[in-house]
Amino acid sequence: MTDPADLTITAAAAALRGGEITSVELTEAVLRRAAVTEAQLHAYLTLDQTGARRAASDADADFAAGRDRGPLQGIPLALKDNLCTRGMETTAGSKILAGYVPPYDATIVTKLRDGGAVILGKANLDEFAMGSSTENSAYGATRNPWDPDTVPGGSSGGAAAAVAAGSALGAYGSDTGGSIRQPASLCGIVGMKPTYGLVSRYGLIAFASSLDQIGPLSRTVQDAATMLEAVAGFDIHDATSYRGEVPDISGSLTAGVKGMRLGVVKELSGEGIDPQVAAAMWATLDALSDAGAEVVEVSMPATEYALSAYYLIAPAECSANLARFDGVRYGLRVPGDTVEEMMAATRAEGFGPEVIRRVLLGTYALSAGYYDAFYGQAQKVRTLVRDDFRRAYEQVDVLVSPTSPTTAFPIGAKAADPIAMYYSDVCTLALNLAGHPGMSVPVGLDDAGLPIGFQLMAPALGEEPLFRVGAEIERLVGFDARPALATSEVTGP
Amino acid sequence: MPVDIDIAKVARLARIALSDEELELYGRQLGAILEHAERVQALPTEGVEPTSHPLPMTNAFRDDEVTGSLDRDVVLCQAPEAEGPYFRVPRILEGE
Repeated sequence: MTDPADLTITAAAAALRGGEITSVELTEAVLRRAAVTEAQLHAYLTLDQTGARRAASDADADFAAGRDRGPLQGIPLALKDNLCTRGMETTAGSKILAGYVPPYDATIVTKLRDGGAVILGKANLDEFAMGSSTENSAYGATRNPWDPDTVPGGSSGGAAAAVAAGSALGAYGSDTGGSIRQPASLCGIVGMKPTYGLVSRYGLIAFASSLDQIGPLSRTVQDAATMLEAVAGFDIHDATSYRGEVPDISGSLTAGVKGMRLGVVKELSGEGIDPQVAAAMWATLDALSDAGAEVVEVSMPATEYALSAYYLIAPAECSANLARFDGVRYGLRVPGDTVEEMMAATRAEGFGPEVIRRVLLGTYALSAGYYDAFYGQAQKVRTLVRDDFRRAYEQVDVLVSPTSPTTAFPIGAKAADPIAMYYSDVCTLALNLAGHPGMSVPVGLDDAGLPIGFQLMAPALGEEPLFRVGAEIERLVGFDARPALATSEVTGP
Repeated sequence: MPVDIDIAKVARLARIALSDEELELYGRQLGAILEHAERVQALPTEGVEPTSHPLPMTNAFRDDEVTGSLDRDVVLCQAPEAEGPYFRVPRILEGE
């Protein structure tokens, strides 16, 4: 029999309703898996066994009483540790928030609790979601369950590693420049970034507010759809949340791709892409073409400048957002004679090198005399990137590229070279500049046995075609490999 | 060409106390990143409107009704230092 920790959310939800398993049994299986895998992976910063067991037995009581709060009732899930959880430490992977216990839940956490989900704990991340490898966490790196000598990607690396290893059935992360899609790609799972505004960000510790979006990491496209539908929708607490109708996603997962037009983004699919990653993408496109999709090449010249624009806009916004960490209201305080000395000492001690680098960069880009040359120009390039997308979507329904230019890289390989690390997001971040939805779907393994992701992009509120193509890829490719570490067996000496 | 930055001034503006060695390191790294960022300056953008936000946004209004807020004591208990109903900080004004 399948270890319950390896069930998809869809299968687990059916088993819970069919009386084949209880939420307590499911949750215990996942906690058992975590007890084995955490020693190697360090996917979690907080594992709340007591709270998870309580939520699981509450879910079982609801099932027994015939109360069904929705498809996530009784399902054990992880949350990236930049999502505020009332009464549960929330650090954003930073020393400056060590010991911080939020007095409120993020809106998505409220929705999950109301829906009967079991919250396992808080997943590791690059500090304040700044990074592409989870090595920037102040609490130590997370490792990739496919090969613990490699990174899981980032910044939602703990969330991706947990879902891949079976120490969570699904997880919610955040994506500012690829932080859901890139780790999903490196860990061989599905990761989805919704349209900007579709999911409330109230209670998400802000990094770059015009780019940040919360989304699901899961083992299947159907699971991602279920997880997105459970948390999408307008929220009075988030002025940027979308007031209109949430797109219908689950309804069209089996519609297929016949007659759909897919555009391969030339600038994101050629130079700098590992040949095995590119080959997996073209093989997937051949399969989609055989299934009735029309595949064309699309040129989006401004995307070549997206990386440079992103690394001005995101730091500028982060320098403003992180001003709140000043030793006054919460978190770390390093004493000083004046309030300014206290703040400067606190921030120097509390922030890690990548966060300091970005705060300095953003402060510089926004400072008098440089604003127009850097930040202002980056915002104009953002317009050009959006224009490229608009033109592309006049020709095609969905755009595609690799998710990451390479598969998982060794721990430490890019740690000393910030710019090399920034290139990990070269395929993903243009989408955030446009505010559009995107998804990474696993399509194969390279020679080293590491997963390869395929990125799909759709126009704003185009979740329906996005999931439709994602689900079809899953059917066509049939990716069902699991990492060696996804086991509850205790091995070793 | 690497961009020349008054890194000590930037660190002061950002309220981050850095040693001379750290200033030198971050100054060099920022110079390299900004050199890269200068690519965006090469793009012709005359007449292009800047995008500050991905969606056409207008002010979000709600009804002017009193609603609950967080409990003061619960919030204050997260503070590094509090006194009565206040956050306590070191001296702000010079002199007496």
